[in-house]
Order: sequence, then structure tokens, then C-alpha cells
Amino acid sequence: MADAGNDYRLRCLKQMLRIRLVEETIAERYAEQEMRCPVHLSIGQEASAVGVCDALMSDDRLFSSHRSHAHYLAKGGNLKAMMAEIYGKRDGCIGGRGGSMHLMDPDAGMMASIPIVASSIPLATGTALSDKFDNNGKVTVSFLGDACLEEGVFHESANFAKLRGLPIVYVCENNLYSVYTNLADRQPDRPLTDIPAAHGIEHRHVDGNDLEAVREAALWAVETARSGNPTFLQLNTYRWREHCGPNYDNHIGYRTEEEFQAWRVQDPLERYRKMLEESGTLGAASFAGLEKDIQAEVSSAFAFAIDSPLPEPTEALAHVYA
Amino acid sequence: MSMPETTSAPDAPVINMGTAIRDGLLEAARRDPSVIFFGEGVEDPAALFGTLKDIGKHIGHDRMIEMPIAENGLIGIAIGAAMAGKRPVVSLQRVEFALLALEQILNNAAKTHYVSNGRHNVPLVLRMIVGRGWGQGPEHSQSMEAIFAHVPGLKVIMPAFAEDAKGMIAAAVEDANPVVVIEHRWSHYTTSPVAEGYVHRPLDGPRTVREGDGLTIVATSYMTLEAVRAADKLAEAGHPVEVLDLRVIRPLNLDPIVESVARTGRLLTVDTGFRMFGIGAEIVSEVTSRCFDLLDAAPVRLGLPDHPTPSSRGLVKGFYPDAARIARTAAEMMGLGDAEINAIEQDILTDRKDLPLDVPDPFFKGPF
Repeated sequence: MADAGNDYRLRCLKQMLRIRLVEETIAERYAEQEMRCPVHLSIGQEASAVGVCDALMSDDRLFSSHRSHAHYLAKGGNLKAMMAEIYGKRDGCIGGRGGSMHLMDPDAGMMASIPIVASSIPLATGTALSDKFDNNGKVTVSFLGDACLEEGVFHESANFAKLRGLPIVYVCENNLYSVYTNLADRQPDRPLTDIPAAHGIEHRHVDGNDLEAVREAALWAVETARSGNPTFLQLNTYRWREHCGPNYDNHIGYRTEEEFQAWRVQDPLERYRKMLEESGTLGAASFAGLEKDIQAEVSSAFAFAIDSPLPEPTEALAHVYA
Repeated sequence: MSMPETTSAPDAPVINMGTAIRDGLLEAARRDPSVIFFGEGVEDPAALFGTLKDIGKHIGHDRMIEMPIAENGLIGIAIGAAMAGKRPVVSLQRVEFALLALEQILNNAAKTHYVSNGRHNVPLVLRMIVGRGWGQGPEHSQSMEAIFAHVPGLKVIMPAFAEDAKGMIAAAVEDANPVVVIEHRWSHYTTSPVAEGYVHRPLDGPRTVREGDGLTIVATSYMTLEAVRAADKLAEAGHPVEVLDLRVIRPLNLDPIVESVARTGRLLTVDTGFRMFGIGAEIVSEVTSRCFDLLDAAPVRLGLPDHPTPSSRGLVKGFYPDAARIARTAAEMMGLGDAEINAIEQDILTDRKDLPLDVPDPFFKGPF
């Protein structure tokens, strides 16, 4: 978070590494069949979540989608509660009611994750409307994938956000695929930013695997939005593993190993680590130390989740009505 | 003809249900600055059949949010605003426009409180108008309450009487949950004395509007008015029946219905919507399983037939249940003789005279 002090570079590196280690541990342990819900991993896409969230204040708001782990953690969501949720346990962030696709931590501004494509976009636009009424200075970030630009509700929301001058940033993480279908098979060959432009929304397009570029664009987008001008960021990136699940799937025929390798060398975490080492911000041995400390935190979060009890069936009856 | 509604203030001005809803909304908005209104033409000259008339003048135009023609997006935006602490009231010109927003209503409005383990509330009112008559046809006259009532987390209410509607709409605005309010356009015309100022009627379940031991009629919305008329004619003929105005479709409070049927032994339901898979089907099923031994006759459901609503007044003849058919069905269930049934039916038809089928019966335009 921007108001957390310290050197943002180390903060962002740690956060990307933390997300990576959490998700790699999920992938490793998924075969144990104790995490019994669909998981959509963000491995390879960490810079967009971390760069954007580092431009936010802790009480700014964020909405996410089915691929919510990185957004949740980058916004400051509680790791133990996230893991317990994925394990379906009572101490989960929502008591096991939603699993991986519905992560939220409202105390951290992580408002909700909604797995139906584009479904959270109007919710985010709605909190921005409320915050504008209240003149409280909050900004809402709506994370969305490239396929969301095909959904009508994005256009409905963007039209309204511009019409009313809402404090919202639409962040499009373009990872090129909707499940197995390439962007080129779903949208005509035109810049994605033509779409916000058509709604009169200011936009930037940067390398989504370049933490510095993402953060700089996000600082502009968030401050512009805070002054009542909605903004749009296009962040190109790549999902390393399958749409849903822990595995690599470059061999099944919808994309190629070559394509993956070309993105693999653009690893946002590795690129940033190198940059910080070369600039002297990070000592040569420091990264291994960070990794060790964070892995300890991750292991402890998994242990917490595994030890937490399953909720009782009677608890399923609660909270149908407020 | 007696008054279909007992009123708390018999000397209060007589107004129609549409105006009563407007007054109830205004009172609720005055009491709570977090109430905001969404609508397509929210402050246009027609003011949604007058139900939003001049509200902006009283509470500030900034609280009246003009909706672009984008129902799914804007209802989603209203849900988001509710999550952030507002109390949005969304008014749709017809129920069918809500179909564009089923994704947001069924996924996000209904489930956010539940999925968030109680962390978020969605205090939202979704008003939808059922059209009828003047050839409005297949996509301007569905009531669709069964779709919304199918989904846990939504509340669904259907007011039928003016003062009750005023109090129910205030209760809906104050509710911490998403409340779908299905208002029948013909109910908007019904009049009665309505208490002035703030009125609150809890969303707690059915209300008995006619008492009788011969049979229990459970009706929704405008069909309650047709049922009341049928009940009054049956009572005149010496066969009083009970009429329960269902009011709150979800959560469904069956206890007063079961209590009544246990006494009368007969159940007749009258839906505003399609009979198949309708509200009546749910009520008949639940009541039968709870007091099967006490039934003297097989329950009967009335509702719309199994085809879309046609436009032509030629095609729509016989489409809607009315007082005559309700009275005939009830009388048959009670075992009355043909001659008496025919006389009761004829009495109702004579009152209606040569009124065209596609305009509301002036019976419902009091004061009585």
C-alpha cells in the first residue's frame, strides 16, 4: 500500500514473491484433494495486481473476478483467511461459502470477487457512485479480463462512469485467452483501448509484466480517478498455467510451448528481482532470505487452514437474509 | 359494495395506490438521506405513472439518478451502491425490463449477503410494474413473481391495496435485503383512505381481507381485488369465504394460510402470473402436505393459461381469472348447485355491464 511507508520497490518485490509462493504451494498441494474448489492461478500475472494495488490507499476499494488470489493478497487481504476459505474451512474469509472464486476482505477494501465474467464491474461502479455521493475521496478499482470487453455490462458501466464522473479505475489484464480461446478469435483486430476511448475514458496501455510501468500508470490512473475522471488501464500479461487448476497445459493444443516460453522469459517477478539487484536495491543474498521468510509465512497459513474445522451443515442456513 | 380494505384512518384523504406508493417512497426518503432513486426517466413528466412525482423537488434532484438504458449495468451499480451503504430504489416501467438484469439480481443482489457470510448487506428496492390491457401483449404484461420467488436471498412483495402499499413500500426501503416489489398497473388505480405522513406495514406475510368458513382463497396483487369481489357476492348469497391477500411472496409465511385452510377445508389460489410452476403451485403443495387430512376438496389453482399473453382483445378473452370465474370455482368447490352458481356469476357479470375486457373494473375505484 502506498501509505505503508518503506521503499516501494522492496515492498512490491516481496508482495509479488509472496503471491507467487502462495500459488505455487496451492499448485503443489492441489493433488492432495483437500482444496476442494476450483482454483484459477495468477502465476505469471503478479505485476498487474501488485503494481495497481501499490497505488491505492488502504481504504480504497477493489473488486475482482474468478482469478482473485493475487488481487486479494495485493490489496492486503488476510492470507490465513484466504487459505482457510480455499480449504472450505470455518475460518475462511467468508466461512467457506464462496471458495477461491469469491475471496473478499472488506476490512482491507477487498470488496468482493465475482466469478461470472464482468459481473463485478457494475458493483465496482456502484461503490464509486456511492463514494462520490459521500465525497470521501475513495477510489474503486475494477479488475477485469480481456473477455470482459465482450460483455455488455462493461459498456453499460463505463458509459455511466464517464457520464457521472465516477472515481473508478478499470484495469484490464489482457492475458490473451478466455479459457482456451484466443483473443483473436473473440475480438476484431483493433486496440483494446479503442473501447474506453469510445466511452470518452482516458486510458493507458503498458507492459503488464513490468512492475514499474504498471505502478506508474496506476498512480496516474488512480489520481485521475480520484479527481472524478474514470480511467482505464490495459495491462498485457500471460497466464502460465491452465485456466482452472494447477497444471501447465501447453501440450493440449490451444497454445504452444514456444508462445509460453516467450512469455516465461518476461516473468514479472524475475525481471523485477534482476532490476533491483542490478540497481543495488536488493543485495545478492537477500532474495533467498526473503523467499525463506515468506515461505515460512505461507507454510504457517496452510497449516492454519488445514487445522481449522469444517463448518457445520447448520451454518449453511445463516445469512440468507440480513 | 363494501370497501376492500380496512383502513387505519377512515377520514383520511382517498387516494389511489400509485399515489400512496409515491407518498410512501417520499416519506422513506425524507427519513433517510441514503435513499437514492434510479429510473429511466426518473424525473420525466410521466414520473413512472406518477409514482415518483416531484420526489426530487422535495429531497434534492441529486438523489434522483437518471438511468441510461442499461438495466443489467445500472441494477449492478445500484447493488454496488447498496454494498457501500446507500439504499437505492430502482423503478422499472415493466417487469420485462428486469429480465435484462437477471444476472445481477439473481447472482449479486440475492447472494451477496449470504456469500459474504453476513459482511455485506444489499438494501435495495427493485420496483417492477405489471402491465395489463389495451393490447400490451406478450412482453408488457408478465408479472414473473415466480422467477424472483425461486431465489433465496430475495424478498418479493406484491401490494394490492393503497394504504398497505404505502406502508409496505416504506418497509421495503428500510429493509436490509433486496426487495422486489411487483406492482400491478391496475392496482395502481385502486383507491381508499390512506393515512397521511409516515406509514409502516411490516413485510410479514398474508393478511385476511375477507372472513368466512366456506373456503380459503389465497390471491396475489390485483387478483386479490377480483377475489374480494367474488367473496362479496358469495357472502351476499350466504356463502362467506376467506380471502387472504398474500402480500409477501418471499419469504413465504404459510402459517396463516394453513390455519385458515385447517378451518375451511378448501383452498383456492389465484395467481397474477402463469398457473404452471406458479405461486399457487407452491402454496397448494405446502398446504396439502401440512394439512392433507383436513382437506374436504382437492385444492384448485387459478392463474394465466399456458401460453403467452396475446395483444388482441379477441385473443385475450378468458385469459385472466376474474371475479366471475373465481366465484364459480369457489362455489363448485363448496358443492353449490348449478342454479345458484349461475345466479352468482350472472350477478357479477351484470355489475360489470358492457365494460370492455381490457380496462380496469370501476369497482376498484372507490371511495366506497
